[in-house]
Amino acid sequence: MLWFVLRRLAAGVVLIVAIAVLAFFLLYATGGDVGRRILGPTASADTVAQKNTQLGLDKPALSQFADWASGAVRGDFGRSWFTGQSVSDAVTGRLAVTLSLVIGATVLTAVVAVVLGVLAARRGGWVDTAVQFLSVLGFAVPGFLVAILLVLVFAINLDLVDPTGYTRFADSPSGWLSSILLPVIALSIASIVGVAQQVRGSMLDTLRLDYVRTLRSRGLSERRVVYGHVLRNAAGPALSILGVQFVGLLGGAVLVEQIFAIPGIGQTAVSATVGGDVPLVLGVVIATAVLVVLLNLAVDLLQGWLNPKVRRA
Amino acid sequence: MTTTAAPTDLPAVRTLERTARVSLVRRVLRSPVGAVSLVFLLLVVLAAVFAPLLAPQDPDFASARDVLAPPGGDHLLGTDGSGRDILSRLLYASRLSLSGAATAVGVAAAIGITAGLLAGYYGRWSESVASSVSSVFMALPAIVVLLAARTVLGPSPYTTMIVLGVLVSPAFYRVVSAAVAGVRQELYVDAARVSGLSDGRIIARHILTVVRAPAIILAAGMAGIAITLQAGLDFLGLGDPQRPSWGGMLSDAFAAIYREPLTLLWPSLAIGLTCIALVLLGSAVRDALERSGRPRRRRRRDAAPPAASLAESVVVHDEPTGARAEELLHVRDLAVGYDQPDGSTTEVVHGVELSVHRGEIHGLIGESGSGKTQTAFAVMRLLAAGGRIVRGSIEFEGADLATLSEKEMTRLRGRRIAYVPQEPMSNLDPVFTVGHQLTEPMRVALGLSRTAARTRALDLLARVGIPDPQRTFAAYPHQISGGMAQRVLIAGAVSCGPDLLIADEPTTALDVTVQAEVLDLLRDLQRESSMGVLLVTHNFGVVADLCDRVSVMRAGRIVETGPTRAVFATPRHEYTRSLFDAVLEDTAPRGPLVPTTQGAQA
Repeated sequence: MLWFVLRRLAAGVVLIVAIAVLAFFLLYATGGDVGRRILGPTASADTVAQKNTQLGLDKPALSQFADWASGAVRGDFGRSWFTGQSVSDAVTGRLAVTLSLVIGATVLTAVVAVVLGVLAARRGGWVDTAVQFLSVLGFAVPGFLVAILLVLVFAINLDLVDPTGYTRFADSPSGWLSSILLPVIALSIASIVGVAQQVRGSMLDTLRLDYVRTLRSRGLSERRVVYGHVLRNAAGPALSILGVQFVGLLGGAVLVEQIFAIPGIGQTAVSATVGGDVPLVLGVVIATAVLVVLLNLAVDLLQGWLNPKVRRA
Repeated sequence: MTTTAAPTDLPAVRTLERTARVSLVRRVLRSPVGAVSLVFLLLVVLAAVFAPLLAPQDPDFASARDVLAPPGGDHLLGTDGSGRDILSRLLYASRLSLSGAATAVGVAAAIGITAGLLAGYYGRWSESVASSVSSVFMALPAIVVLLAARTVLGPSPYTTMIVLGVLVSPAFYRVVSAAVAGVRQELYVDAARVSGLSDGRIIARHILTVVRAPAIILAAGMAGIAITLQAGLDFLGLGDPQRPSWGGMLSDAFAAIYREPLTLLWPSLAIGLTCIALVLLGSAVRDALERSGRPRRRRRRDAAPPAASLAESVVVHDEPTGARAEELLHVRDLAVGYDQPDGSTTEVVHGVELSVHRGEIHGLIGESGSGKTQTAFAVMRLLAAGGRIVRGSIEFEGADLATLSEKEMTRLRGRRIAYVPQEPMSNLDPVFTVGHQLTEPMRVALGLSRTAARTRALDLLARVGIPDPQRTFAAYPHQISGGMAQRVLIAGAVSCGPDLLIADEPTTALDVTVQAEVLDLLRDLQRESSMGVLLVTHNFGVVADLCDRVSVMRAGRIVETGPTRAVFATPRHEYTRSLFDAVLEDTAPRGPLVPTTQGAQA
């Protein structure tokens, strides 16, 4: 088991390094005259050159990368070109907000998708049809449209929650909950239907298997068979899809944060993109990749717990 | 001969392919969902193409007098916060969305299909390269990559969509390379190659035909993603501000959400409906494919002679004199049917009569598909989905199992009626230990404590001849052999002391040496507790070895029944005799049997 974890961890590190290298060279190689962009068109050529030297941009690309990488392994991802703030501070300060959205959405997805998927698989009939219909809608309609609709209905028309803004958990737990409720729902719709479809499909597949009949023949109740055995066997594929959906949730958070004015990493990404703040964009890219790798590791561990065969793989 | 045959053959194949293409479009159009979504998408395309003709105004003309004008009058859909005509902007914006989506899909298709064709057709050397590339692409949300690209490449919508196309191209690659690898094995591609066609022409003619439909489904999904992402970027203000876009309009309207929420509706509808239409089109194509790919099921069974024509009397051998033990199970006129999608019911067992007495092993023999397993499942009320008892009764200790509630059946199963399946490995839950699967029923059905159940399970494992019970108890199913698994299943079946054991070909999946041991075990267990056993088998050797009584089944009915000795000594039904002949002629007992329609008439 330890060996399994270590191997997955190593693969994750390789992935992060690959992304860092790719992103660094793509971003820095195509950056153009950065000093001019930062200082504006009125600055003299001298000050622009000075700025470029100050940022280390006059060095060859490989040596720039060596500087950046040697800092990165120590947790120093450079400073924002515009504000001079440390990239790691800027990113980690906002990561907690995004994580509360994304983790909230993951939990909501897992719970609702299992309920819907099991219902559709077990009841069949109109329940199944309804779940299938909602799935098409939820899959097709972009999350930010759902988010706008939720703002319109619940925050503006019904005035139930504050339309925008974010309250920290430490300041007011109930305020925090009410500030992330709509964003989390908007974010989750697409992943809920994706995972529910998978739960439904693998439940139906598992219910057809021989051992389910044998379990029933042993006098186990339907409830025990379905929730104790079938669901656990069906959970593996659903968990893999949940892992894929997590990446989508991180992406969706960029838009949802904008709509609900939530100061998360997505807002940082958008403002850094508009300004062309390459160190900050790179920091966001790497933070996202690290999150995805960690999540995949968690999914692998859960898979190992769910299925003994995976543990030895 | 072969050289002349090939050219005359090929046009025929091509015609076939063309008709397949035509009928796919027709099938998609025939489904209401497919037709509606296709027509809607066509309208969007037309609106985009003819936007300059259709738009009532210049999309960028801002009228200070008409800021946020309501729908109607000069402005059919009203105006936005800058006084621009919403309908005109919507029409022009559809050009950007569609051309952007087309760019992304085109780039993804060009890269993915080319790479997929090459890799799938020429070999799998590129498989690992492609999977590493796609794992890098998949590790980041597309929008984060697009933001990074936008940082350095600027706000051009087409650059963004080209990057997106590259990002999603592995999906095309995977579908195409898998389809091609499948087609490569097909005989007609071999035939084409033998007949001297170049690889390029084979790819063009045969393989592209196969991947066409999956590619359409994929392209529809991707176009939806592209439109969504592009609208998202425009909404964030990262698009080209000079051009009207659906996302940009949404952003303008969102800024005016308190003043005029209605303006949100139009761009939302444009984005939402287009995406829904794309998804529905994709699923309509998939449905059309599945419908054509599915063989016409049940035809063969429908064509089988109706039940009445096979009606015949059962040959019943005389019982030997002397008292028999009490009767445990009496099946009367049992018919089992499966509900069909069209509402009809296909009967697979037609009026079976059968009884099992305590302490007696009753063999139910017949070839595959004769309905013996269905009869056994019906007794336990464990028929597959859609199956049900159409008529008849199953008496077990005074109760009719055919009419008991599911709850009452659950109480009987395991404790009173137990089951040993055919295929040992697929009948153990792979994610639980053997010990858990043995103890759970005992704790549920007998109310044993965890430790008591564990002790009993270990005793049982030892009883069924497992050399190291402790180790097997802790093992997962994939860690034990098939013979051991069957012993575990037998231990599980007898764990709650059942009166009736239903064994469905319990030795068929085992090695010959293990078969004899398992049969001995079954006989010993049966004698110890004087269970009644219903043994389903196709093997006369097993019947002769084990059974007190035998019923021969064919085509859903019992044709001959009686004490094993009597049936073996003087088989009277033609079919029974033919079964014996099949064994005596030294062919495999499972070999194809000639249907004895003559015997039925005799």
